[in-house]
Amino acid sequence: MGIETLIQSFANALVLGSIYAMVAVGLALAFGVMQMANFAHGELFMAGAYVVYVLYSLVGLPFFIAVIAAFPIVAMLGVLFERAIFRPTRGNVLAGFMATAGASFIMQVLVGQQWGVGLMRSVPVPYKGSAEFLGVAVSWQRLAIIPATIIMVGGLWFFLKKIKAGKALRACAQDTEAAVLQGISINKMTVLAMFLSGGFAGVGGALMAPIIPVTPYMGHVYAVTAFIVVIVGGMASIEGAVLAAFILGFIHTFVSTLYDSVTATMVGVLFMAVVLIVKPTGLLGHVKV
Amino acid sequence: MLKSSSGFSIQFWLPVSAIFVFLGMAPQIVSAYRLELLTIFLINVILAQSYRLMTTTGDWTLCHYILMGVGAYATGILAKKFGIPFYMAMPLAAMITVGVSFLFAVPLSRTIGFAFFIASFALGEFVRHVWLKFHNPFGGARGVNGIPKLEIGQSGDWYFIDFWEPTNFYFFTLIFTVVVLVILYRIDRSRIGNAWKAIYADSELCESIGINVARARIMVFCVAGFFAGIAGSLMAYLIGSIDPHNFEMVEMVYLIIWVVVGGVKTFWGALIGVISMSLVFELTRPLEEWRPLLFGVILIVFLVYMPGGLETIIPRFKSFFVDLFGKKEIS
Repeated sequence: MGIETLIQSFANALVLGSIYAMVAVGLALAFGVMQMANFAHGELFMAGAYVVYVLYSLVGLPFFIAVIAAFPIVAMLGVLFERAIFRPTRGNVLAGFMATAGASFIMQVLVGQQWGVGLMRSVPVPYKGSAEFLGVAVSWQRLAIIPATIIMVGGLWFFLKKIKAGKALRACAQDTEAAVLQGISINKMTVLAMFLSGGFAGVGGALMAPIIPVTPYMGHVYAVTAFIVVIVGGMASIEGAVLAAFILGFIHTFVSTLYDSVTATMVGVLFMAVVLIVKPTGLLGHVKV
Repeated sequence: MLKSSSGFSIQFWLPVSAIFVFLGMAPQIVSAYRLELLTIFLINVILAQSYRLMTTTGDWTLCHYILMGVGAYATGILAKKFGIPFYMAMPLAAMITVGVSFLFAVPLSRTIGFAFFIASFALGEFVRHVWLKFHNPFGGARGVNGIPKLEIGQSGDWYFIDFWEPTNFYFFTLIFTVVVLVILYRIDRSRIGNAWKAIYADSELCESIGINVARARIMVFCVAGFFAGIAGSLMAYLIGSIDPHNFEMVEMVYLIIWVVVGGVKTFWGALIGVISMSLVFELTRPLEEWRPLLFGVILIVFLVYMPGGLETIIPRFKSFFVDLFGKKEIS
């Protein structure tokens, strides 16, 4: 592996890690509050990509407005999941998880019937050209993901640490009963968590729409990776999710470069199995799931 | 309730004998295409019942389909590459599946609940990617094709049976299904079966009265794996070619739908689930592209509004009416 390939892979890994972080943070957030495990997180990601497809490719709005619009639209889908599935099955993680598997079927069919299954929806690349430094080239479109992730995750950190509602969310994640005793409404917190969770998945999908093929089934791979990331990081830990996202990003990029993508997936999955066996709480987690 | 000597009531024997009469006459009354569907249905019964056994300890896995795939791949490779006849290949394939199940179960027994669910999925995906990656025995993405057909004896022998004939294969599968169901029923009622259910109820209490919980959970995984391996082996002989796409996540979700719709509390729940969902599956054949939506709705409705599945409908109605009339008597 030459020095240029190394730097190139390093840059690619940063981009991939950022997108994994964006998707996985929402999953960790939702799991932290009342253990909402969302199987359909990948379909929320897919919904974000379709928002960009509709608003940017079909309607013709500027790309960044489409991406910003993806946040509330997909977040409302997340809220819908909370009301229809997670609230009635509260206290039973597996039931909620399996029911959202049904929700992912429903979303795939609806999107496939509306915009077609087979043909990939092409979203034109809004930021053409590539940035060159140290002899490696990364397209602007991919590079834009890194600052977007920093803004989003930084904003979430600010929200959780400084804003009252965010503090309530953390309190709810740490000890639900104590939070209820302080007058925090669990129902409001679960809605808020799923709102943020959906929004993050939506923005992730929106940013990836010009880069990967937009199909009703595009979310599956990202959801699987996001689950691996969240398990490795510790189910309810947001810091753990970010750390594990970059670890997985590096593993996937470097193993793909050295061998092939199938091996990369195998190594990622095996890494998660090892973490679960050695430290079932995950790298930075405290709760045993 | 009328009890016969075997402990089953007449209410049990009547529908069961009706089902047996139908299954025995099926080759005469349904078309060849329907007969193949019926054969696949019988294999699904084995799969769903073995999965239901797995869930008696409260451990829902996401890799049961992969275990079936292990059985199918083992059968395919043993029969094709080594020319081993079916009466050796099937038990060997089932034992290989038990071995893989054991390798899965040992690390998985350290986890519980949701982590168990996800970790089993990860290990299953690992195995599926092994099939995709290694071309030499597993054939990569194209899988194993041209698995030799099942037959007893050479053509010309008086005992020669050619299972390429759908009717013969159907009866072969039917015999297997009945035997497997009887064995699974006995396991469910046995001492170890009760121990597994007790683990679901309270694993700490089980440990305190001397049940080795980790060992029991590994054991149930291996037993369920054995029957999944048999189902996979039958599937491999039936369709003659297997590839990694046969064992994707979607199929696993359908398996979960059968078991969830039927319920897992009693032995018959999973059976009811497979029967009813297979009927829905066949009836919605004209609406093929809308089918996942329908099954998604069914899954959500059953998990959210009817936890316990179809098997709890009759007890629910009973308790409803008892409540109704009980109140009247008091007033």
